[in-house]
Amino acid sequence: MAVAEINLDTLKDSDVESPWVIVGRRFVRHKLALVGLTIVAIFILLAIFAGLLAPYDPLKQNLGPAWANPSAEHLLGLDALGRDVFSRLLYAARISLTVTIVVNLITEVVGTVLGAVSGYFGGWVDSLIQRIVDIILALPTLPLLLFFSAILREIEVPGLPKEWSSAFIIIVILSSLGWTGATRLVRAQVLSLREQDFAQASRALGVGNWDIIRRHMIPNSLAPIIVNATLGLGGVIVLEAALSFLGFGIQPPIPTWGNMLQGVQERLFLNPWLAFYPGLCIFLVTLSFNYIGDALRDALDPRLKH
Amino acid sequence: MAQQTKTIPQSTGTAPHSGSNSETASKSLLQVRDLRTFFPIRAGVLQRVVAHVKAVNGVSFEVFEGETLGLVGESGCGKTTIGRTILRLQQATDGKVFFDGEDIFAASPTRMKQLRKDMQIVFQDPYSSLDPRMPVGESIAEGLLVHGTHSGKARNDLVQETLQKVGLNPYHARRYPHEFSGGQRQRIGIARALILRPRFIVADEPVSALDVSIQSQVLNLLRDLQHEFGLTYLFIAHNLSVVEHISDRVGVMYLGKMVELAPRREFFSNPLHPYSQALMSAIPIPDPRIKRDRIILTGDVPSPINPPPGCHFHPRCPIATDICREVDPEFREVSPGHLVACHLA
Repeated sequence: MAVAEINLDTLKDSDVESPWVIVGRRFVRHKLALVGLTIVAIFILLAIFAGLLAPYDPLKQNLGPAWANPSAEHLLGLDALGRDVFSRLLYAARISLTVTIVVNLITEVVGTVLGAVSGYFGGWVDSLIQRIVDIILALPTLPLLLFFSAILREIEVPGLPKEWSSAFIIIVILSSLGWTGATRLVRAQVLSLREQDFAQASRALGVGNWDIIRRHMIPNSLAPIIVNATLGLGGVIVLEAALSFLGFGIQPPIPTWGNMLQGVQERLFLNPWLAFYPGLCIFLVTLSFNYIGDALRDALDPRLKH
Repeated sequence: MAQQTKTIPQSTGTAPHSGSNSETASKSLLQVRDLRTFFPIRAGVLQRVVAHVKAVNGVSFEVFEGETLGLVGESGCGKTTIGRTILRLQQATDGKVFFDGEDIFAASPTRMKQLRKDMQIVFQDPYSSLDPRMPVGESIAEGLLVHGTHSGKARNDLVQETLQKVGLNPYHARRYPHEFSGGQRQRIGIARALILRPRFIVADEPVSALDVSIQSQVLNLLRDLQHEFGLTYLFIAHNLSVVEHISDRVGVMYLGKMVELAPRREFFSNPLHPYSQALMSAIPIPDPRIKRDRIILTGDVPSPINPPPGCHFHPRCPIATDICREVDPEFREVSPGHLVACHLA
């Protein structure tokens, strides 16, 4: 029998639009987010090709011309130990961006899985996970991070070069406390999703709980998670910078944007660029992530059409 | 108060399934025995159970193979809960459900999964019943995937064939739910239920959310599919006209109980329960010149948390007597195939 609701012949197979295509179209309407995306892309390229682009060894000390002003040879000048600031900035982008992105990947994945399990199954599983979340959220983050870092930072991870070993420890510390937000978010989504008729339909078809979580709960919770992750990227970069600035993050001489700010306070008026450029990097990347996150939030909002 | 004639019929001799499918309707496919589904209400710091919402409170009936049993009642009377409890989407508090002679509440998880191939459901809301992030072809194929009955190519072919069976085009499989109208989504929901070739389908108000013009299309589709695949329906609705159109027998629910169950013609010509009579008098007649006595029920439906003693309907019943206030009426057969729970019927 024929369907009279719409003329089916006018619809071509090629018109199929997945929800993600629509999201993409809405996203590109945010100009600031596109600028942000470009900035982030540039920083990522700089970080990847730091080895080629950096004019000097970032660790090489040259005590004679320490604190030298920017010049043609040293674009951004030299720091207290006579190291080239521009080269250090490029290498720092590697560590800082890697830590940020990896921490976010881990926290969002762990948070999504725990949140989905917590919301879907409910009962004691939910209580257990949520009480752990409560406890972590009730702890003062910064002192705790300092505490962990003080204990763990000397550990060398076998098989990793020195700078990545230190980054690994920071990733572990930041990840272990960072998954709570995503968990709460996904749990709230799943609490309402699991009661929807399409979840009931899957149950009626005999689909197992884990498959329902994997096929229906998580894909439908992705929108807020993507927004949360993007906005979280900025947060982690600042947090890592704060830890490193306080001397509890990645240890000198390995450069990160955070620890490059360390020890330059007293020269703030004589050599302001030493604080300015790492700060600018942190600022630009954080701001860019935030704009991207805002645009994604709008683009993924199901209440907006087209 | 207006009161319709209330004569107990001289044994009309109507078979329990006198509808359009009487040739196939023979044996009982589904038996529901004294089914109860209560929802606990928790309160306080310790989340103790302080009361229960008695959504389904002792309902018994059976559905014959090949027939459509229409289940009507107002919002909150428990008709949807019955459908979901039968499919074990909702945990029953008490009672038994037999499908083809098998106690499904006693079935192991493995056995239950097999049984699900035979029992499916079509939902009321065509919007929330499809996963918005999944192409509809995948939603429809999910049943095949889970049961591993068809592989790759065969699965696709069957999805496309089923789409055609419900009046859609094969290429629709790749589209997402937001690209379809309500009526089309309902067809997709039917395709999903149909693909495992079930014997029994709970149709939970499948047309209530649709425009009137689309309702008849979907109803006719359901009827065509019933003929083609020999389906048995438990058709839940709150619209008596729809039920009259599609059902072979009609059951009326009120506050968690079934108050009347009769073959369609018998029910519409001779409703015995005062509640059924009131419902019947509310069906609009498409002719403004015809006047009739409406039975207007006073008051509201009592809370299913604390239903009234005796007959649940007595606070609103125009003819209630003392016995109604004290004794819960038995659901008894007053003429062949016509059951009613009323002391006075």
